[in-house]
This record gives sequence, structure tokens and C-alpha cells, in this order.
Amino acid sequence: MTSATAGDAAQVSPAAQTRKSVTGTRKRMAVAFLLPALVLLGALVVYPIGYSLYRSFFDKSGDFTGFGNYVELFTDDTILTAIRNNAIWLVLAPTISTALGLIFAVLTERIRWGTAFKLLVFMPMAISMLAAGIIFRLVYEQDPDRGALNAVWVGVHDTFAESSAFPKAHPGQESPLKPGGKGSFVTRTTVEAGVPVALPLLGVPKEQMPQEAAPAKAAAAVPGKVTGTAWQDFTLGKGVGERNAPDTSESGYPGITVEAVKGGKVVESTRAAANGTFTLSGKADGAQLRFPASNFREPYNGVDWLGSEQAVPFLGVNFVTLSVILSYVWMWAGFAMVLIAAGLAAVPRELLEAARVDGANEWQVFRRVTVPLLAPVLAVVLVTLMINVLKIFDLVFIIAPGDVRDDANVLALQLYNSFVDRDSGVASAIAVLLFLLVIPVMAVNVRRLRKEVRR
Amino acid sequence: MSADGRTSEAGGRTSEAGGVVKAKRSIAARITGAVSGGLLRVFLLVVGVLWLVPTIGLALSSLRDPADISASGWWKVFTVPSQLTLENYSHLLQDETITNSLLSTATITIPATLLVVVIGSLAGYAFAWMEFPGRDWWFLGVVGLLVVPVQVALLPVSKLFGTIGIFETTLGVIVFHVAFGLPFAIFLLRNFFAEIPRELLEAARLDGAGELRLFLRVVMPLGGPAIASLGIFQFLWVWNDMLVALIFADSKNPPITVALQQQVRHFGDNVSILAPGAFISMVIPLAVFFAFQRQFVSGVMAGAVK
Repeated sequence: MTSATAGDAAQVSPAAQTRKSVTGTRKRMAVAFLLPALVLLGALVVYPIGYSLYRSFFDKSGDFTGFGNYVELFTDDTILTAIRNNAIWLVLAPTISTALGLIFAVLTERIRWGTAFKLLVFMPMAISMLAAGIIFRLVYEQDPDRGALNAVWVGVHDTFAESSAFPKAHPGQESPLKPGGKGSFVTRTTVEAGVPVALPLLGVPKEQMPQEAAPAKAAAAVPGKVTGTAWQDFTLGKGVGERNAPDTSESGYPGITVEAVKGGKVVESTRAAANGTFTLSGKADGAQLRFPASNFREPYNGVDWLGSEQAVPFLGVNFVTLSVILSYVWMWAGFAMVLIAAGLAAVPRELLEAARVDGANEWQVFRRVTVPLLAPVLAVVLVTLMINVLKIFDLVFIIAPGDVRDDANVLALQLYNSFVDRDSGVASAIAVLLFLLVIPVMAVNVRRLRKEVRR
Repeated sequence: MSADGRTSEAGGRTSEAGGVVKAKRSIAARITGAVSGGLLRVFLLVVGVLWLVPTIGLALSSLRDPADISASGWWKVFTVPSQLTLENYSHLLQDETITNSLLSTATITIPATLLVVVIGSLAGYAFAWMEFPGRDWWFLGVVGLLVVPVQVALLPVSKLFGTIGIFETTLGVIVFHVAFGLPFAIFLLRNFFAEIPRELLEAARLDGAGELRLFLRVVMPLGGPAIASLGIFQFLWVWNDMLVALIFADSKNPPITVALQQQVRHFGDNVSILAPGAFISMVIPLAVFFAFQRQFVSGVMAGAVK
């Protein structure tokens, strides 16, 4: 069906040259064989092209409007978004799918379980876009506790950026701590070496307390050093116990950062142990102790993958479009891979080996020999995917949540919406536009085949 | 199809030749080869896992009860395997909308597949072996239709179907799928039939076979591989379709894709319906895919412009 494969499949055998009827067919017989197909094709495929063209010159209520509907295509904001998104789709989806397909096809060639790998990557082609859409709705869920992608994303983020373990912690009544600006808390007075400090906080729910938290312990006095305890001065069901003093039923704040501040500068910083105790050197003597705001930041909640925010600045690619494109790549990279692998199998090994013997490294062989030899196959894959992408509907319809569907809009979806809204004029104009865009491919298909057929 | 056979043969032959050259490579090259080979395997393994994870996520989600689904991610079952339950499935299979929609999908898919094979074979045979004026031009016309987007037909055909009274009926969906499956069917089968050796047809002719007999007894059996490819391709295409069904199917008796699509609008609290539903809808296509990979691949190779 595709342009170049159309030509390849029509391998002309010697028999084709003499493909005259062996029976001396009566025309009536030919008509009988062809009629069902031609009637269906005529009524359901050819006639609609003409009708759409005709209908596109009339408005919603059926009055002649000339090119009015076409003007609307390029002036209406929602439709313009669809056109822009379709352009983004046409650029990104086929190229990413083909690039991945090429990489996979080349890399799996020499792997024993390459076939299993290919089968796995190819598998999504067998399922419906609806099922794929539901699969990716789950993947892209915003809540990092439920959406797999954000779970990974937040995990990676928290590995590199410090995560805060105590987002809701704050000082209680009569606390030795006071707000220190920008979300930090600082001791009201300066601390002295050799005198243990108590730094009580409240407000971390039990289930959010880090697992390693141990019962809080009053720090021992160490001469020449500043010691202290940072803990949750409250136990569910037991209240605060002795206020501003650690009880064993209360929990330490493991890993909370404590800074010693003198004259606005941090002179030392440390982290509390599991039982909340911490030790600072003599440098902290006479300083105020501070819990920096990083201890209390709201947890990072990941990316809104299905949101309308810009994913790539300046290009107008929003997250929801990008996410749907990636789900498309998941489905179709296997298609590219299989076609390219078949092309690769036909590449003469001698050429690759000759290049290697001449001293080319693997990358050079790939870049200078493999890719040029595969160029025709790559072109077929790209064109096929572009035609496919032009009509993309199901994935956007399923994955994009209702409130951002206009931001994820594409032509086929807009056509459907116009159809449902009974705006036949605009729907027809979009249909004509889609049809015009596939005409070049149609022409190439027919041309290629004409040579074969008429031989 | 025959082209595939040829290329894979060629691949086999040349890789033997490659083996000979490889054996002469230096030890150093072999060591770097082994290291990069190891990295390659790790890379592919990671990609493979990455490709599988979304589907596993769906499968495991479908096996957890609604409360668990809303509380945590599907990976929780690795630490709490006791969460796994078949309850969603038993609920779903008792739900008549779902079972009916599965039946409806089958009612659409099976006739749409058979009809495309039959009508496409007749036309393919006519284009390959019958003589009539403008034969090749007509065929080229059909080839041109390969890339016509279904979207072009939605509005006109819905009007047409309205006029003849099959809009929003199962019959309408079937007819639509047959029409849009035909260009590929005719293209594929005509090219395959055209390669049947003339001698075979002549021999049958000498035995006194008429046109119809020739078609049924010689061409159709020989066309088996192409017909299988076409059938599988069309089957999956129709089974998986949502757009055509959304517009043309009987809204009281929709196929599974449309039934599930109605649930997606309320995505969030109904994952316990959507996940197993999607999985059930995937079972048959996946079974067909794994059972007939070869035919499916050759169908896809012959073209997927649809």
C-alpha cells in the first residue's frame, strides 16, 4: 500500500507480460467480478471526495459561502491550533519513530534474542489506539503515587535535588524557634557550646514521617561542641508530653538540616541523626541555629504531562501534544523497525565488511554505508508514517483530558468535532484539506505502479 | 510477499560470507567488540523493558481493586502481592454493556473481514487475469485510492447511509469497513494473483474449467498466503477501529472501543473498569498477532498507508 513498497510488491514476473486471459473472458464476466468492488469504492470512497469538495463551499446552514470555510480554517483559533499541532505531529512523530526504528533494526541484527526484542517492540501495532490511549493515560497520570512516569521523574528529581522530608513542620506554642524568613525557622536566642539545645517542631503526620525516624533522645552535653535535638514534640494520643523536651514516645527528625548562623552567615551545617540528635563544632558557639527552608519545601510533584504548558519553549509544543506523540512513537516505532530490518537484510554484507576492512569504525559504516543504502526504505517509512499521522485521531481523543483537548487539537479531531457540531461546511473543508495533502503520495503510488503494470 | 522470501534468502547467504571475514579479525577488535556487545545488550534490554512497562502497568492495574488503584500505583503489587484480584474482571464480565459490546465487535469484524477477502479476491482476479478495456487504468485508479483518508468519507457517507436507512446500524459499519479495506485488498491480491504461473491456469482451462471454477479451484487456493495476510490485517484493523464505529455504529449496540471510550470521559475513578476493559479488548488482537506474526508482518510490509 505504501508508495515504494507498492512498487516493490508489484514484482513483475515473466508471466505478467503474457497475462492475457486464458479463457478469452467475456466482458460480462469481468463486470460481474468487478461490480461489487467498484460499486462500494465508487459510492463510499470516490463519491465522498467529490461531495466533500462541493459541500465545502457551503456554510453550516447550506448557503453558498465560496471559500468562507477555508478562510475559517486559517482564522479560527481552535482550528489554527489543530493545523499547528498537525504540523508538529508531522515533523516529530515520523522522524522519532523512524530514527528509533533504524537504531533498533541495526542494533538487534547481531543479537541472538533480537527477534524477541523486535516482537516486543512491534506488539503495540496489534492493539487498538483506544487501548494504547488508556495505557498511556495511566502512564501520564499527574499524581506521582499513581502515574508511573511521574513516579520515576520525581524519584530522579529527588535524587539530584534535595527533597524535603518535613513539608508541614512548624514550631508550636512557646517554642524556642521563630520564623526566620522565606520559610526557615531560627532560634530566638544564641546557643552555647556544652549546653544541649532543644528544637521542637510539630505538624508532620505520622504516615509522612521518614521510616528511619527513631524515638527522640535528648542530646548529651559535649564540652566545646554545640549539641541538640530536632524532633516532633507531639505524639498522637499522648499530646505534647513535656513541652519542649523530647520524650521517648516522640519521634526524631532524621536528616533534618540544622545550620549555625552568625551575623546572617552560615558558619556550619549538619544533619540530625535518626533520633533527632545533632552535633556542631565549637564554631557554632554563640550562633543562632536555623532550620533552612529546604527542610519544609512542598514535595516536588512531577510534571503535568497532559497539561497545556509549553514543553519546548518558542516552538509552541505543549506537554499534552508531546505526550500523545510519544505514545504514538511507542505504537509505531516497531513498524518502522520491521520495515527497516527487512531492508537491512537485503543490504549486501560485503559492502559493510569492505568498509570495515578499509578501516571505517562502526559509526562510519553506519553513517556512510548503511544509512545511504537504506535511504529508499527510510523514505517509504517516513512517508507512510506521515500519511498515518496526518489522520491521527484516536490517541488524541483518548489521552488528552477534556479541558486541554483544544490545546491538543489536530485536524482529524477538529473534523470530528465539526461533524458532531453539525458544521458540515468546516468539516468538509478539513476533509478536502486532508485529501489535498495526500494527493502527492497518491500520485507517486500510481506513477510507480504504472511502469510495472503496463509492461 | 514473494519479495520478502527473496530478501531473507539473500540475507542468509551474505551473513555467512560476513562470518568468514569476522573470523580474521584481530584479538583487540574482538575484545572491544565484546565490551560494546555487552553495552549493546544492556541498552536493548533497558529499551525492551521500557517498551513493556506501559502494558504491564495496564495489566497490573486491571488486577487491583478500585480503592487500591486510587491509593497507590500499580507497582505496589510487587511489595503487596495480596492486592491482586480478579474481581474487576468478574464484575466486567457480568456487565452486559461490556459483553454485548464484545459480541458487537465480533459481529462487525468477522463479516467485514470475510467480505473484503471475497470481494477483493474477485476484483483482484479480474484485474490480474481477465481482459477488458482499460483494465490497467482501472487498477491504477484503485491504487490511487489506497491513501484516501477515511475522514473524507465520514460526512458524505453518513448522509448516504441516512438516505438508504443504514446509518447507525451494524450493517453500515461493516459496509464502510469493506469499502475502505478494498483498495488494499485489491492491490495486494491482484499483485499476488498476477504471479501465478500462466501454465497452471492454462492446464486447468484445458481440463474444461470455466472462469468461476478457475477462480475458486486454482487462484483462490494458490492465493492462500496473500489472503491470510489480508484477512489478518483487515481483522485487526476493524477490531481496533474506534472512529468509524463512533460515527456509524448503532449507539445502543456499540462495539467495545466505543463502549470503553464513553468511560474515558470520566477517567480517574473508573480505572477498575477501563483497565480490564482495555485488556479484554486487546486479548483477541494480541492472540491473532502472536499466532500469525508472519502473515501480519507481510501484510504490514505490503503496506500500511491506511
